[in-house]
Amino acid sequence: MNKFRKLISSHLFLPLFALGLLLIFNAFATPGFFHIQFQNGQLFGRIIDILNRASVLVILSLGMTFVIATGGIDISQGSVIAISGAVCCSLIGGAGDGTARMPLVLACLIAVTVCMLCGVWNGFLVSTLKIQPMVATLILMTAGRGIAMLITAGQNVPVYYTPFTYIGNTIPGSPLPTTIYLAIGMVLLVVLVQKKTSVGLFIQTVGINSKAAHGSGLNVNSIVFLVYIFSGICAGIAGLMDASMIAAADPNNAGLNMELDAILAVALGGTLLSGGKYYISGSIIGAITIQTLTTTLYALGVSSEQLPVCKALVVILICLLQSDKVKRLLEQRSYRKAVDQA
Amino acid sequence: MSWIRKNILGSRYFSFGITVTLFLLLYAVGMANYRGFLKPQVFCNLFIDNAALIVATIGITFVLLIGGIDISIGSVVALTCMTIAQLLDKTNLSAVTVTVLALAMGVLFGLLQGWLIAEFNMQPFIVTLAGQFFARGLTAIISRDTIDIVNPAYTAVASARIYLAPKAFVSVGAVIALIALVIAALVLKYTRFGRNIYALGGSEGSAALMGLPTRRTKILTYMVSGFCSALAGVIYSLIMLSGYPLHAVGMEMDAIASSVIGGTLMSGGVAFLPGTLFGVLIQGIIQTFITFQGTLSAWWTRIIIALLLCLFIVMQTLIVRSRRRIHAEN
Repeated sequence: MNKFRKLISSHLFLPLFALGLLLIFNAFATPGFFHIQFQNGQLFGRIIDILNRASVLVILSLGMTFVIATGGIDISQGSVIAISGAVCCSLIGGAGDGTARMPLVLACLIAVTVCMLCGVWNGFLVSTLKIQPMVATLILMTAGRGIAMLITAGQNVPVYYTPFTYIGNTIPGSPLPTTIYLAIGMVLLVVLVQKKTSVGLFIQTVGINSKAAHGSGLNVNSIVFLVYIFSGICAGIAGLMDASMIAAADPNNAGLNMELDAILAVALGGTLLSGGKYYISGSIIGAITIQTLTTTLYALGVSSEQLPVCKALVVILICLLQSDKVKRLLEQRSYRKAVDQA
Repeated sequence: MSWIRKNILGSRYFSFGITVTLFLLLYAVGMANYRGFLKPQVFCNLFIDNAALIVATIGITFVLLIGGIDISIGSVVALTCMTIAQLLDKTNLSAVTVTVLALAMGVLFGLLQGWLIAEFNMQPFIVTLAGQFFARGLTAIISRDTIDIVNPAYTAVASARIYLAPKAFVSVGAVIALIALVIAALVLKYTRFGRNIYALGGSEGSAALMGLPTRRTKILTYMVSGFCSALAGVIYSLIMLSGYPLHAVGMEMDAIASSVIGGTLMSGGVAFLPGTLFGVLIQGIIQTFITFQGTLSAWWTRIIIALLLCLFIVMQTLIVRSRRRIHAEN
């Protein structure tokens, strides 16, 4: 009984439980859901597909997790994704003969750097000017798509240079899509930094009580700054993947509402939206769960415009479970049961 | 120097003054550059085109005043348009009944959001985000295609012109918006509910300690916002005469921007409704500029509005800081 309680109160329980439910549902409802094919040295199947799309969300939610851990929020991620794609695709150019105007690596680096600057801007507003995170990132959210359109001159820029499509799809000869490697790489990087430095601890401290953190000698401003820069970089990388998947920059629709999915993934992973203790593992599983939910609903024939209704219900449910009042109610009930049994 | 700080920066109307000055300046620049700006109808068009935004801004101002946020506005506008269009199309209900039903739906939507926020202490951003998703999705569930409104009574109201001068007219929507603005300003200034809102925005803890009904005020505020969104939806449907799932995408951001440009403090407790009207008009004038100019593309509107938003937010931060210094000196 005690072990069961411990399991339920673990932060990983909720996302894993939801993921399990979805998988079991799919096993019955979608024929061939778990079927994975090996063809021409590549793996194909719905699961791989989900993991491919989820990788973008995993990277985004990594950035979002740290921002939320400091008690902030970054709603400009979706727009930054659009900027990243726009910069990269414009630099490579839409030459019809499949040549690139600029080496791929350089174009990607410049795109990510631009997104990092977006993060610097957010960080400057939040940490230096002390503007509420939601308002500060709102500015870039409003302007971001306009900037992306300015870069591409209002057009979608298709890219015919084949290596560009490798980022969001598969490099010939590799069994798994590149996105998965990139996501694993980012996660490893974050875990390594957490293990080797105390940045993670600092971020938590700022989120729990920034005044106390300041009092104990932490440079709160620079930590907050750092978190937004990291979020910008994550959005930049996600933007590259997103643009590469469709082999074009689409300033209007790239990353639309992605920041909301990222927030949802973080919340599902057990990180409180008010900041403080954060769970990287929870966010990762949360991201995969959200993507599985999306794919499942698509498979059931729910259109992309109708999808938000389900997501809205999930958000409210998660937040209700996180709220103190409901927690207290549940606890009282279990105590009463224990008393009754005794 | 300290006199300037005390009497100008410290004034409650400092931000309002800047907004009005900016509006007049923009209008003067317009008149100097484009002959069209001299026509009184251009001024009236600002109200006609932005009537829905004015009402939405009233709603968001109430919510911002208590330190909350409501990002479900645009979706509720779309849902209202769609509901009206669908009901007029599929049932025999009169236009008045349908409008009343749509408004009631908006209030109910606000009540639900407010209840979740006040009762469970959930973050307004997250709750209204879910509300945004929900309303937008519901609109698509009702219909994924455009439904035109062909009800004769409704179209008659939509095309009615109210002449203010021989060559200047406004629409019914604009009149409704201005009436709503006056009522809202009076409610904020002279009713107990209005004072409660200001108190709650100033400091929730103090308001609770004074014995003010914080929970009820919160829920009521979100109901006002829901009602305003629905009313904005009705006005929007008068302009568009259709229901469509992608109507009014991002209107909440425009409303927030107008409110902030009009002098509302995002942290709550400070707002002046006439100022927010000018916030909307400034956005309208930027749009008019871009239309008159002809070669600039629509995305410039967004960038300029974001810049203005940024400017005003930074200005507010500085004002609040200098006020604190004045208080400290006193």
